[in-house]
Amino acid sequence: MIAPDAKPRLPRGVRLTHNAAHGWVLLAPERLFKADAIAVEILKRCTGELTFAAIVDDLAKTFTAPHECISADAANLLNGLVEKKLLEL
Amino acid sequence: MAATQAIPVPIGLLAELTHRCPLGCPYCSNPLALERREEELDAATWERVFKEAAQLGVMQVHLSGGEPGARRDLVEIAASARVAGLYTNLITSGVGITTRTMRDLWEAGLDHVQVSIQDSDAVSSDHIAGYRGAFQRKHALASEAVRLGLALTINAVVHRANITRIGEMVELAITLKAKRIEIAHVQYYGWALKNRAALMPTREQVDDAIAHLESLQRLHRGRIVIDVVLPDYYARFPKPCVGGWGRRSLNVTPSGRVLPCHAAESIPGLEFWNVRNHSVGEIWLSSPAFNAFRGTAFLREPCASCERREIDFGGCRCQAFALTGDARATDPVCHLSPRHGVITELVAVLEDKPYSYRRMRPTPISIDVVTREKERSHDDETDCDSTFPDCD
Repeated sequence: MIAPDAKPRLPRGVRLTHNAAHGWVLLAPERLFKADAIAVEILKRCTGELTFAAIVDDLAKTFTAPHECISADAANLLNGLVEKKLLEL
Repeated sequence: MAATQAIPVPIGLLAELTHRCPLGCPYCSNPLALERREEELDAATWERVFKEAAQLGVMQVHLSGGEPGARRDLVEIAASARVAGLYTNLITSGVGITTRTMRDLWEAGLDHVQVSIQDSDAVSSDHIAGYRGAFQRKHALASEAVRLGLALTINAVVHRANITRIGEMVELAITLKAKRIEIAHVQYYGWALKNRAALMPTREQVDDAIAHLESLQRLHRGRIVIDVVLPDYYARFPKPCVGGWGRRSLNVTPSGRVLPCHAAESIPGLEFWNVRNHSVGEIWLSSPAFNAFRGTAFLREPCASCERREIDFGGCRCQAFALTGDARATDPVCHLSPRHGVITELVAVLEDKPYSYRRMRPTPISIDVVTREKERSHDDETDCDSTFPDCD
């Protein structure tokens, strides 16, 4: 789980970027991760300004999807990135 | 040739800005024939290389060496990589980069720093590096990088002299506030192959280290990422070297030669193109060296019909050549290789003898090309421990 008031952000050394040949990619120290369309939408909102609750609200609205579903998916993705030191809460 | 398959788009470019380095690590990945300062590309050429690489699709650049800090124009070079849109990683020994330079690099937009350590023990570390005081300077530079807010990886190369201190090296990386540590077992090419008998751990030590690392990964989960590069001499299958020849990455030497991997020049008969004469894109697509072992068409049995041929591409071409004399052969690390006995024979010989440190030989007063080419071919028979290269 992620606290609703946590403000996820990509630390220095981690960048979400788009490249014509490789698509959306999360660039990290000596590694990179291909980001699928859903991951991209989540990560674009991890600016350190929005709370996790606000990110989930926004995604639920934008994609007219159930709140719980989005919250679980987003938490899953973000927790995995925190463990890999690619995201800070 | 690349047959009919589409040529993949590379991801990373290793920029060897210089071969000069104050350290003399006996497993250095640079070739035995080191390129000299007067041959090095200037900053403007690197700027063009980075732009062309980005146009080709490259996303990450690794500024390496030698010690990249030996270049006075390092900040300018790093800034141009960042301007080209590349994720910019600095791979440094930590010796030769001042705190001032580190701050300038940070301002230039550097994304990440990798600092090597040779051991967790200062005396042993300096002995392995062949440079007194290196350990302390690495410590200071790594701390400065973290203080600036840069992401830090510690790179620890593991071999017989330090393999029992992996836990301590991980602790050191945590103390330094690194987000990641790379525990890389020595890969035996060039200098490391020359020093193999003195460096290679026993099979038992490797097995213990692998088990220990797995427990460390569990213990430090979420605290530090521990990435492991396994030694391949004790493996059953070979590694897909650099993710496959001409598939994911390219390496530009200090003088501008573009290689599929850092050891590729050890294979005779390959024609490498230079960024002074061709664009990075042309070289990637058309240079003979890149097309020599691209894909799987060049493979023979037992690789040609092997179900792992798209996984490991028959293993490492440089290793196949170094150990069997045939660059198209199955990497002898593979237990299916008819030449696997070469590995068995090699690992049976472990000797505690002094390291042959990686050194540049002193620059002769004058040198002509013919002499230099001749020297290259004899370099692996030459010990050169007389001077430190200049690193101002």
